[in-house]
Amino acid sequence: MNQWKNFTKGLFKENPVFVLLLGMCPTLGVTTSAINGLGMGLATTFVLVMSNLVISAVKNVVPDKVRIPVYVIIIAAFVTVLQLLMEAFVPALYESLGLFIPLIVVNCIVLGRAEAFASKNNLLSSIIDGLGMGLGFALALTILGGIREILGAGQIFGMQLYSAEYGMIAFVLAPGAFIVLGYLIVLMRKLSK
Amino acid sequence: MEYILLIIGAVFVNNVVLSQFLGICPFLGVSGKVNTAVGMGAAVLFVIVLATTVTWLIQTYVLNAFGLEYLQTIVFILVIAALVQMVEIILKKMSPGLYQALGIFLPLITTNCAVLGVAILVVQQDYDLLTGIIFAVGKALGFALALIIFAGIREHLESLELPKAMTGIPSALIVAGILALAFMGFTGLV
Repeated sequence: MNQWKNFTKGLFKENPVFVLLLGMCPTLGVTTSAINGLGMGLATTFVLVMSNLVISAVKNVVPDKVRIPVYVIIIAAFVTVLQLLMEAFVPALYESLGLFIPLIVVNCIVLGRAEAFASKNNLLSSIIDGLGMGLGFALALTILGGIREILGAGQIFGMQLYSAEYGMIAFVLAPGAFIVLGYLIVLMRKLSK
Repeated sequence: MEYILLIIGAVFVNNVVLSQFLGICPFLGVSGKVNTAVGMGAAVLFVIVLATTVTWLIQTYVLNAFGLEYLQTIVFILVIAALVQMVEIILKKMSPGLYQALGIFLPLITTNCAVLGVAILVVQQDYDLLTGIIFAVGKALGFALALIIFAGIREHLESLELPKAMTGIPSALIVAGILALAFMGFTGLV
């Protein structure tokens, strides 16, 4: 039961994007469509789970003073693994996410969970925490990407809803990212009250 | 002329914050006051230019030379973290005044994705060292410009009465959206 709570907190109550406001750069940068948002979310989930796992496993071996550099190296190693895997198996997605894949290294969610959770908790809890946080991130990115895709291009997951001619192109471009995320956070605040 | 166009393109057309979404965390976090925005902008300019120079040299003479390109992410982030630490130590000794002014911003810069982002962009675009440095200066100036304009707007925003759910980050994001809309006017300039 406790683990279930541990898992769901990342999805809603402590959602990294809507509540903790972490990892803003990829959130705004890649969500031009629902599929890109989902892809980025799952990629980050992979890094989060793996780095939480390893950091939780080595937490008693690493001296306190050098823990942050060690965490960064562990995270960077998994990001490199992810980069190579994505380039090999999903080259189209890798291409469209571009610069934001290596930038997962500096995503505050990953280092944040390592420092705040994995360095203090046991292996199983850390994996579940990483999974919950990662999926919460993926959920937020998919919603944001979906809304921008519907408003801007008239489609969702590539399925045409109405003619793209009526789409407001600004929502696919930079301004739409800021404005849609702003209103989504307002909505989350209203709902959680 | 080519270099002037490169700078204008980096500052206005492809603004690092408002069109490429790099460095959003300090953009939203530190930009409450114009003074702090100027300090942060200066610190980022310094670190971005330094980091771009060093990472370009490492990429060309170590990673490319020995076929180790896949280590790029790990090496770059370590270099940036080490550089920030070194800059902090040197500034503390050499120029306490500047250290006082930039001090609190320096540790934050390691996790500023604009630094790593620009370093990777320069390598990806195959710029030579001089072009890369000019590109980095342009990107950093664009970051500072966006930060300072945004801070100016937010100082006024604070005195407004907003619906409770809109206070803080949501209103800041919507303002940033409108600012990004304004910057879209520069599209096609270069």
